[in-house]
Amino acid sequence: MNAETRSSGRFLYTASVVLLCAWVIVPLYLLLINTLSSPETVNSFPKPFWPEFDLGSLSFFAGFEGMLTALKNSILVAAMTMVMSIAIGAPAGYALSRFDFPGKGLFRLLILLTRAFPLPLLALPLAVMFIRTGLDDTVFGLALVHTTLAIPFSVLITFSLFSGIPIELEEAAWTLGCTRLTAFTKVVLPLILPGITASAIFAFVISWNEVFAAAVLTIENRTLTAFLLQNLDTSPLHLKFAGGFILVVPALIFIFAVRKYLFAMWGIANR
Amino acid sequence: MAVIEIKNVAKRFGSYQALHDINLTIDDQEFMVLLGASGCGKSTLLRIIAGLETQTTGEVWIGGRRIDHLPPKDRGIAMVFQNYAVFPHLTVFENIGFGLRMQKLPNDEVKRRVERTAELMHIEQLLSRYSGELSGGQRQRVAVARALAMEPDVILMDEPLSNLDALLRMEMRAELKGVLAESNTTAIYVTHDQVEAMSMADRISVMHEGRIVQAASPIEVYRDPAERFVAGFIGNPPMNFLPAEPTGAGQWRVAGQTLKGPDLNRPLEFAIRPEDMTLSDAGLKAKAKVVEPLGAHLLVTAEVDGTLFRAVLDSDLKVSPGDVLTLAPTPDRIRWFDPKSHHAVQ
Repeated sequence: MNAETRSSGRFLYTASVVLLCAWVIVPLYLLLINTLSSPETVNSFPKPFWPEFDLGSLSFFAGFEGMLTALKNSILVAAMTMVMSIAIGAPAGYALSRFDFPGKGLFRLLILLTRAFPLPLLALPLAVMFIRTGLDDTVFGLALVHTTLAIPFSVLITFSLFSGIPIELEEAAWTLGCTRLTAFTKVVLPLILPGITASAIFAFVISWNEVFAAAVLTIENRTLTAFLLQNLDTSPLHLKFAGGFILVVPALIFIFAVRKYLFAMWGIANR
Repeated sequence: MAVIEIKNVAKRFGSYQALHDINLTIDDQEFMVLLGASGCGKSTLLRIIAGLETQTTGEVWIGGRRIDHLPPKDRGIAMVFQNYAVFPHLTVFENIGFGLRMQKLPNDEVKRRVERTAELMHIEQLLSRYSGELSGGQRQRVAVARALAMEPDVILMDEPLSNLDALLRMEMRAELKGVLAESNTTAIYVTHDQVEAMSMADRISVMHEGRIVQAASPIEVYRDPAERFVAGFIGNPPMNFLPAEPTGAGQWRVAGQTLKGPDLNRPLEFAIRPEDMTLSDAGLKAKAKVVEPLGAHLLVTAEVDGTLFRAVLDSDLKVSPGDVLTLAPTPDRIRWFDPKSHHAVQ
């Protein structure tokens, strides 16, 4: 009975793995095929199995009016989000890992709760406030909103990074002539720099992929996601594929590059 | 010259009193060991001296200068940590030279001092390696070299050998003692290992529940414990205790035997080290329970008058469980304790 159970269990296991992989990979594959095909092929059926490596769709995408500005806006907003979320999130992560203060548990919970608040609920008041303060339709205004979305992750990731650095390393630095600040810059910073980079990239991706706030809060200065959404029903199929491809690829590459640090966020050992 | 004076230092963590009114003076170039079980406050005291912890009340003076309000870097101390705390992103050379670079010493001076201390700790061939490429023992040597390179007045060590295996620990123990004796620094060494304490210390401070119960030379701590706790803590196995009733004129009744003791008229506790007894015709009747031949000697766990009692005997003796031994305590090694105050009685 054993051999039989084992082989059927094995079959089930393999099938689940294949199914899960296909779930992720097949859409990406179709996206790739269609992006790298000429506009004519994109609209025909059946699809070729191998991409044609025709850059027609991509060059049409690049030439589409407003697309490059939107791409530039996306990069700008994401870069600002990256910088601000680290500048604000990393000190919070350090404080959470090194100091005991009243309300620490509540603070951690609140950080997570910011993600529980649905953005659509905030959209109207936010838009009104942004219009009053003149932040509406600006790259900086949108970056502020994206920073709010990214901060919980940057706090949690840096918290786990700092916690992974023994306090004795800092203490040793203090006894060897460092102040709290120089101990940080000479000992802690070099050790967590890769992790900080990962956390920054993750913030970049969050902003890069975000569409709702971008669509609500900007009109002229749209990011790529908002721009594509706006033109969804009017644009030809190959433009959608090319735009989707341009959006997905950087996010995929970045997340792949920093995956071990994202595991660290959930307390799984990162070494 | 660095005499360390600890004056009325106390430390509270919330409602928990970790240290009670500690007073201790450590002489210049003395090797002082703080010995105690985990949670006795020995590490807290060391960290207060280092400036990594702030005392609730009291003062710490080093070399005639009050330092308890200064940050660690201004106290003239160097510290060796239990987990070594070797910086993983720096080479061994830069680790040892870290403190010297912080003092902005010129490059050739840094190089000279790093090489000299590396040689002292026998790690000169490892200078270009990173911490990840070192064994535990080598990391320990780097940590000590890093502290010594600072040429501090005071070197503080927090269980520096406890992460090493037994053989390496014995080797490092002797080496550390030699190196520190030559360095002319005052040393405070925290450990829970009494063998380490006995073999290295000029003086041992035995700590218990946030108090120093005895501060004396190793042999004095061993021979003349000031409190029952010390007698029951030091020695492997520790002292044996039996209740003693006075029968008048300095005579005491212990487990049915009459022994000579202090001239007092209240119950005391009789105490004797396991190795301070010989087999004889007259003495305490001990029924052997477990016999452990340890090579150098024979450890017999027995029962005297219903109390657990251990004796270390010559390994040539033939003893089996169930045998009744007659053990005669060596008269000048007998100690007496007050069962109420737990203090030693002369």
